[in-house]
Amino acid sequence: MSYPHKLVSVLFALLLGFTATVAPAAEPEIALVIKNHLFEPAELKVPANQRVKLVVHNQDGTPEEFESHSLNREKVIPGGAKVTIFIGPLKPGRYSFAGEYNEATAKGVVVVE
Amino acid sequence: MFTSALIVFRESLEAALFIGIVAAGTRQLVGRTRWLSAGVGVGALGALLLAVMAQHISAWADGIGQDLVNIGILSLALAMLIWHCVWVSTHSREMVADARRLGSDVRPGQRKPWALLVAVALAVLREGAETVLFVGGSLTGTASTAGSTLLAGSIGLALGAAVGWLMYSGLSRIPVQRLFWITNVLVALLAGSIASQLAKALGQAGFIEAWTSPIWDSSHALATDSALGTVLHALVGYDAQPSGAQLVSYLAVLTLIYLGTRILSQPRAPR
Repeated sequence: MSYPHKLVSVLFALLLGFTATVAPAAEPEIALVIKNHLFEPAELKVPANQRVKLVVHNQDGTPEEFESHSLNREKVIPGGAKVTIFIGPLKPGRYSFAGEYNEATAKGVVVVE
Repeated sequence: MFTSALIVFRESLEAALFIGIVAAGTRQLVGRTRWLSAGVGVGALGALLLAVMAQHISAWADGIGQDLVNIGILSLALAMLIWHCVWVSTHSREMVADARRLGSDVRPGQRKPWALLVAVALAVLREGAETVLFVGGSLTGTASTAGSTLLAGSIGLALGAAVGWLMYSGLSRIPVQRLFWITNVLVALLAGSIASQLAKALGQAGFIEAWTSPIWDSSHALATDSALGTVLHALVGYDAQPSGAQLVSYLAVLTLIYLGTRILSQPRAPR
């Protein structure tokens, strides 16, 4: 093994990523806003067995971490930033999420039906 | 305040444990402290830069810029750790011999574990950026909260470093011959953990769709947020609700390292 091998594996991982980006995205898009350390809406309705594109807009000046163990997702959203998190496909049920940096107030739930 | 300290502690733990393991595993190498500090320094500088650019990066590629950066960092770190594990297995006999001779006739520059050095810098970069972002974000608040967050952040960081130090001093008691084996196993488990984090990042960025939901929930037995869960998460990648993709990549990397090590460490057949 030598350096070219490592380079190839890294490039391959990146290539794999970029080819997937150009694939057509047909999933439903759902908006979520963070304001005053609260999620709005705090309850999101999402279709079952389908991947969903969650667009989270942090309107606070401070960063927040979207975290959900049951959704298997965690992502930092800098203050003022708008980020995308893909969730699912999910079975019907309730999946709670929270803002790790402001756990006392930032709480929400994804309702899959 | 307690929460802030806990968040910073969690973020710094994985990097601190890793540095402790690397420091113990390379303690016989000349100039180790210098290059290890350089790795940490470079990682910390990069973390500052990443945190400053965070808002900008988040917007890339329709809101998955941060995941792209993480995927790049994790892929490189994974390649380095796999490379190191396999490399050590083919050189371990010479390394033990070197360690026995200690000092004068260890040829400097010959066996610097570059892969580990890069992996250390990447660990500090990855964990550090989130810490800087979190603490930096709180600093924009009122003066009183800024002060207490800085203090809490320092406490969290100090606690993380203390656990890393415990790891180092624990490992340092082990005789050199066995130490290589143990640190190699720890580095391999860490590689598995990074592969699992990579699978998670690929899932939430939308690159993979299959097997990205949890396949079991062991949080009643051991929650990822509990004290033991946090340490096991940082050390071996424990996750109470892992996705299928995480589990498969974890096991695949461990198998790859095991097989690579077995094949390459077999003594050559006499001709």
